[in-house]
Amino acid sequence: MKRLQEIIAAHAGREGPLLPILHDVQAEYGHVSEEAMRAIADALNLSRAEVHGVVSFYHDFHAEPDARPVLKLCRAEACQARGVDALAAAMPANHRVKVETVYCLGLCSVGPNAMVGDKVHARLDAAKLGALVEALA
Amino acid sequence: MTVVRISDDALALACGADEVAAAFAAAGCAVERVSSWGMHWLEPLAEIDGVGFGPLDVADVAAVLDGTSAKAIGAIERHPFIARQQRFTFARAGKTRPLNLEDYAAHGGWQGLAKAREIGPEATIAQVTESGLRGRGGAGFPAGIKWTTVAKAAETRKYIVCNADEGDSATFADRMVMEGDPFMLIEGMAIAAHAVGAQKGYVYIRSEYPHAIAKMEAAVRACAHLVAPFELEVRVGAGAYVCGEETSLLNSLEGKRGEVRAKPPLPALEGLFGKPTVVNNVLTLAAVPWITANGAAAYAAVGFGRSKGTMPIQIAGNVKHGGLFEVGFGITLGELVDEIGGGTASGRPVRAVQVGGPLGAYHARSDFHLPFDYEAFAAADGLIGHAGITVFDETADMSAQARFAMEFCAVESCGKCTPCRIGSTRGVELIDRIRARSGRAPDRVEALPQMHNARKAERSLADEIVLLEDLCETMKFGSLCALGGFTPYPVLSALRNFPEDFGADAERQAAE
Repeated sequence: MKRLQEIIAAHAGREGPLLPILHDVQAEYGHVSEEAMRAIADALNLSRAEVHGVVSFYHDFHAEPDARPVLKLCRAEACQARGVDALAAAMPANHRVKVETVYCLGLCSVGPNAMVGDKVHARLDAAKLGALVEALA
Repeated sequence: MTVVRISDDALALACGADEVAAAFAAAGCAVERVSSWGMHWLEPLAEIDGVGFGPLDVADVAAVLDGTSAKAIGAIERHPFIARQQRFTFARAGKTRPLNLEDYAAHGGWQGLAKAREIGPEATIAQVTESGLRGRGGAGFPAGIKWTTVAKAAETRKYIVCNADEGDSATFADRMVMEGDPFMLIEGMAIAAHAVGAQKGYVYIRSEYPHAIAKMEAAVRACAHLVAPFELEVRVGAGAYVCGEETSLLNSLEGKRGEVRAKPPLPALEGLFGKPTVVNNVLTLAAVPWITANGAAAYAAVGFGRSKGTMPIQIAGNVKHGGLFEVGFGITLGELVDEIGGGTASGRPVRAVQVGGPLGAYHARSDFHLPFDYEAFAAADGLIGHAGITVFDETADMSAQARFAMEFCAVESCGKCTPCRIGSTRGVELIDRIRARSGRAPDRVEALPQMHNARKAERSLADEIVLLEDLCETMKFGSLCALGGFTPYPVLSALRNFPEDFGADAERQAAE
């Protein structure tokens, strides 16, 4: 809880502090808990409903913890044109890795693309994608 | 010592640029990390004394250094892909180290801001107006008019907001500006602030662009003293596509759900925190330093019709030579796809080309004569949008693409207006039935006797297609913003240009 209060305090003086706070909380704890939402609502003089509404609106914030490592696979049009749908369909199930769909990583001329953490990977084929998932599991 | 220049743009990194750079360093070379030239099929591209080598693998490094590499492409500046371009916004691409202030100044940096400060706010706005610069985010609204509205607003507190929520598939020019030439964007924002009297600026970058966020944050810190008293801050989005819509972006910056606001009031009068706000796309603001430094007339001399200046066109998807191609408006779609793009990467014939991202129309080869121009594309029931081009080969299933457009809208809808929130989901269901050629009998509610206006007869495939057109009409004219309003473009264009994918043949055979 001390860390949560530090995060809130670090952003409290900014204009529109809610998203920066939620980003830091999500990064620190892996999710935005009910307890965190209450503390943030208190500190920013918002209702819990308002904070909950923001958390649930954005794909980046999660109310429930999920310890699995995440691989973000782009499924947007440019990657579709380069065969990501077939690649995703042929991907073996791996329950230890969460494969999230994102719409566009901005590498649209060299797809299919994926991102793990801040590291981006282009020109994926079944072998490269499989290796990425294996490395995470 | 041999100086090797390799890009540290996210796309180069994704293709393995760090590993290649490390191999050159290990071989005793001095490695400079520069911005990307935008020839993406050649990444990682190494440049030694102006000569390019790519796409490189770690194993190619030895051959490059002893002069036997088969991956030499000759002088980069004279490569046809580069030589055919007119680079204003991307004039420094490939040539400077992104975060090096000396490089930036040595290649014409800060001249636009100096000029703006010299001629004063009114003359600066006049320059932008006369240049004919239109919003590059997609709407094409004249930047000078927007700036004038903000400048004339009576409030003392004003904002410049840079829309860097580049969520459209097939677009990466904003990312390349932020990762390759961040000071240019900051200079553009500083000029805008000077022109309209704004004190504070925000760059709203999508969270899917961690490299752009890091570069912009570093650049803002490095040049704070050069743009003072104007203050700049980077803010990070949270994975909502709709936040690329300007009013939704403003709500997000304020810390709210990214719901679209009804207009009026215009953001230019009541924008961020209710204050007058310039909201411009990255490419719009990045074009400004060139315009003020070189003069409005030089910019307006290039272009086509009412589309003045250059457009950084992004060639993507299943294309042989994908990348960034900045050129004056007026080049035809066919030249871009067949000549510059070199056709598909798969080698199969081009079937469809989507222009303008997920909300842009799917064009068949019959549209390849269209000049790249806001009005020409609008007249052909399409749009330029952020100038991303996605090429599909003959394996593309266009009813599946139409379904995806509806599905994407359903996933990303902010939920504020009904045509977008509900219409997109009904659209997915409808296209599923069309794809299954199933037709539909009245459901239990429709069959009730009190449902006087509900149809009691079974719907045929032809009826379902009329219904889809109807739904698209409702979404187009009834939605609050471009997400719901433009989703009909990919759907209807797929239906119109590729009717065979929607059962037109079966329909015709049945009739015969």
